[in-house]
Amino acid sequence: MTLVIGLITGVLFGVFLQQAEVLRFEKQVGAMRLRDMTIVKFMLTTIVVGSVGVYFLSDIGIAEFSPRGLSLGSQIIGGLLFGAGWAIIGYCPGTSIGSLAEGRGHTIWPILGMLLGSIVFVFLYPFVVNVINPIGNFGSISLHGLLGINHWFVIAVLAIGSIFLFRAFERRGL
Amino acid sequence: MKISKAMKPYFFGAAAGLLLTASVAIEGQFFGTSTTFPRFATLVLDTIGVDLSSTAFYQAREGSLTGAAFPNWQLLFVIGIGLGAFVSAKLSGTFKREDLPPMWVERFGTSVQKRIWWSLLGGTLAIVGARMAGGCPSGHGISGLSQLGLSSFIALSMFFAGGILTSRILYKGGQA
Repeated sequence: MTLVIGLITGVLFGVFLQQAEVLRFEKQVGAMRLRDMTIVKFMLTTIVVGSVGVYFLSDIGIAEFSPRGLSLGSQIIGGLLFGAGWAIIGYCPGTSIGSLAEGRGHTIWPILGMLLGSIVFVFLYPFVVNVINPIGNFGSISLHGLLGINHWFVIAVLAIGSIFLFRAFERRGL
Repeated sequence: MKISKAMKPYFFGAAAGLLLTASVAIEGQFFGTSTTFPRFATLVLDTIGVDLSSTAFYQAREGSLTGAAFPNWQLLFVIGIGLGAFVSAKLSGTFKREDLPPMWVERFGTSVQKRIWWSLLGGTLAIVGARMAGGCPSGHGISGLSQLGLSSFIALSMFFAGGILTSRILYKGGQA
């Protein structure tokens, strides 16, 4: 059943990504070139609605989760490496699959690149675990935990901040 | 129902947020895609007879980082993204065959070989970076930030910092 639900969830997510036009190279690299903020609009809206949803579930006791562990080494070095690769290939792992399915046959090359990178990562794994991950490792920390405030306050700030950002994007035609 | 072009990223972004909520409520699953790449790659290696079972990667978390974890929720989620995008593109008439991305051609020309070499390099950086950071824009970006994780906030900021910086170098300061 888990597999069927996974497939259905993926299909719906694929439809939303495709309809929002975020699967395109031009939209992805366009955001990094600060010309077209389509993917940022999509992502931030998903995050704001998603945070309201999952914290509501958590408050009523349906869901239980804790944020991914914080390691400054992993997130800063890994994040910058990912960003560099993302700018070159123009897709992230999820959108690469969707883009190929949208007919953009050239996405097969980034996908092969990511599979090649996967094998590289197998060999880098001990280094990542033993050297990178311990740098600035603080375990699971949430934004509200760090600030010592209620999670709904952080979500409100996130939502209001996003709305101001969206208004700025729309005014500038991004 | 007709949604104006300008509203589409917001409308479908909100729909994706509701979908994430439903997924967490029903299956306890947050979105993520990047772990499936190393799992698939190791499955291919195993199939062609390359034995890496003695590596730390294969032994970590009882082998769940490798293809041994298949079939799992995330694999089907990733396959679903492809199916959904295909059906949506076909039904809306936006399915389009392309040999190279137009923006890439504008800057780097029509050599497919050039795109292949860059893609292998970029793809390698992207997956090594994502796995090192502990997630990609869906895992860290959407799922991690929805949980208000400090790690995801930093990771997503770094994704964009690395991306903006690299695209500035690649596309020469943003001028076409």
